[in-house]
Amino acid sequence: MSAPASVGRVETRTARLFTRDAPLVLESGARLGPVDVAYETYGELDADRGNAVFICHALTGDAHAAGFHDEASRPGWWDNLIGPGKPVDTSRLYVVCANLLGGCRGTTGPSSTDPATGEAYGLRFPLFTVGDLVQVHRALLRHLGVERLLAAVGGSLGGMQVLQWALDHPDEIDAAVVVCATARLSPQNIAFSAVAREAIMRDPEFRGGDYLAAGVRPDRGLAVARMMAHITYLSEEGMRSRFGRRIQDAETPRFGFDVDFQVESYLQHQGESFLRRFDANSYLYLTRVMDYFDPFADPAALAAKLDAVRTNFLVISFDTDWRFDTSHSRDIVRMLAAHRTPVSFREISSPHGHDSFLLVIPEYHDTVRAFMDRVYRAREATT
Amino acid sequence: MRPDLSVVADLVPTGSRVLDLGCGDGALLDELIRFRGCSGQGVEVSPDAFYACLGRGIPVVAADIDQGLPDFADQSFDVVVLSQTLQAVRRPALVVREMMRVASTAIVSFSNYGHFRMRLGLARGRMPRSRLFPETWYDTPTIHPCTLSDFERFLVAEGVRPEQRVLINSRGFRANGLRDRRPNLLASGAAYVLRGVPPVAQ
Repeated sequence: MSAPASVGRVETRTARLFTRDAPLVLESGARLGPVDVAYETYGELDADRGNAVFICHALTGDAHAAGFHDEASRPGWWDNLIGPGKPVDTSRLYVVCANLLGGCRGTTGPSSTDPATGEAYGLRFPLFTVGDLVQVHRALLRHLGVERLLAAVGGSLGGMQVLQWALDHPDEIDAAVVVCATARLSPQNIAFSAVAREAIMRDPEFRGGDYLAAGVRPDRGLAVARMMAHITYLSEEGMRSRFGRRIQDAETPRFGFDVDFQVESYLQHQGESFLRRFDANSYLYLTRVMDYFDPFADPAALAAKLDAVRTNFLVISFDTDWRFDTSHSRDIVRMLAAHRTPVSFREISSPHGHDSFLLVIPEYHDTVRAFMDRVYRAREATT
Repeated sequence: MRPDLSVVADLVPTGSRVLDLGCGDGALLDELIRFRGCSGQGVEVSPDAFYACLGRGIPVVAADIDQGLPDFADQSFDVVVLSQTLQAVRRPALVVREMMRVASTAIVSFSNYGHFRMRLGLARGRMPRSRLFPETWYDTPTIHPCTLSDFERFLVAEGVRPEQRVLINSRGFRANGLRDRRPNLLASGAAYVLRGVPPVAQ
């Protein structure tokens, strides 16, 4: 049984988009093949192929954005936003979500086998850019017979892909929804990512990235990285109301170094459960791609690009997000507006920090719904 | 569209890039974009009006203009509009300065608190109400009521040049005739086209 207004039962499919003979050529010039991409689709593609929406996932997401897998009790990670009658309405839109290049949830990444060696790539996997992530998304769309998007939607790293996509291929995207994203990580953002990577790389089981060949995993480092990152996804206010200084499974403190406070127990759980679904090398690559992202770096090149962009943007931030606070979104808005790109923006009040983009917050969903509804109707008017 | 918005729309050159502060449901921008070749952007603090703009495809930033216009770069618009909003802002001077920063031309329209009906109302010893100021004193968004003369003195103090003034009658249409001689007494409102005075070279 699936919940009401769900896309229902879904499954992740895989497509081979690049091969050894016809490899993916990265921005760096490096060649990568084969490249398989795990993806899901919801809703039906119209006869004129004009109702496609691409969902770009964040750092640790995957292709399973909505609906239920067999036997699963929990739906996809953005099921509250995507489905029939939901803000991204699958009763009239064709929605595609794919696991990112470099990921570990079905798409080729550092844990995939390098055909040159027969072993996992590890750190021999080439570094890639957000532009490269977009190239792979576009290849998937071609594979699915989609040439242009009604909209691209993403939060955090997902929003960064949407921004890059609209800058690089403005004629392919009518509308862009960029939620709690950034055009440039701050030194503090990079610092947090750096410490997370250090935790992984200093784990004795990391083995220079070749842990899979050695039959081990840098689980301690990866769990610590996840625990720390998770702190940046919540807010002071949110943690205070959710955990306070309460003691886990007891009324009085036990006084010691084991997990005692509820917040410790929560982080421990986040760290442990992350190990079941994530690969340490993927974590290194996908955090690094964010560090180097800087599409507004060259004002002259940007001006030339932006002057061609007529994509309608919706930018959203959350007032307690300190991972990418509202100033990051405002920077995007200012740059787009200065170059005559249509942009709407709203800062939403929410106690849940960066994680807000994954939650049901009425003002947030109403804003996405109003925007997406208009995007759909504008398209109807022109067909 | 409200007639006073048509007066403002007629002052916007065709094809302009327009910023509308306190844009409401986006009616003015909709007219300018669809029929007058303009591009543009609204700023609106009310959530319902924000949704209305999204619903009609008008780009809109949810913001309080009393906080300035940090989302907009210097001289990034041709025209910035403040229509029937001046008297509801807390910091009119800041708002006008910000307007002159983001665009070379500003259009400000407002209702004239110096109109003779208002004067008569106050002469009776009560806060006046009229078609243009219908609310009671304790329930009005008008926190900075002013007359046409007040506004013109304010512009001098701010170093802003009024390039054109269009008088508006009580139904919101462009006014003519007698009002031209005694506008501060007879006009129900006005729309001013303002140009910033270029900074003097040091």
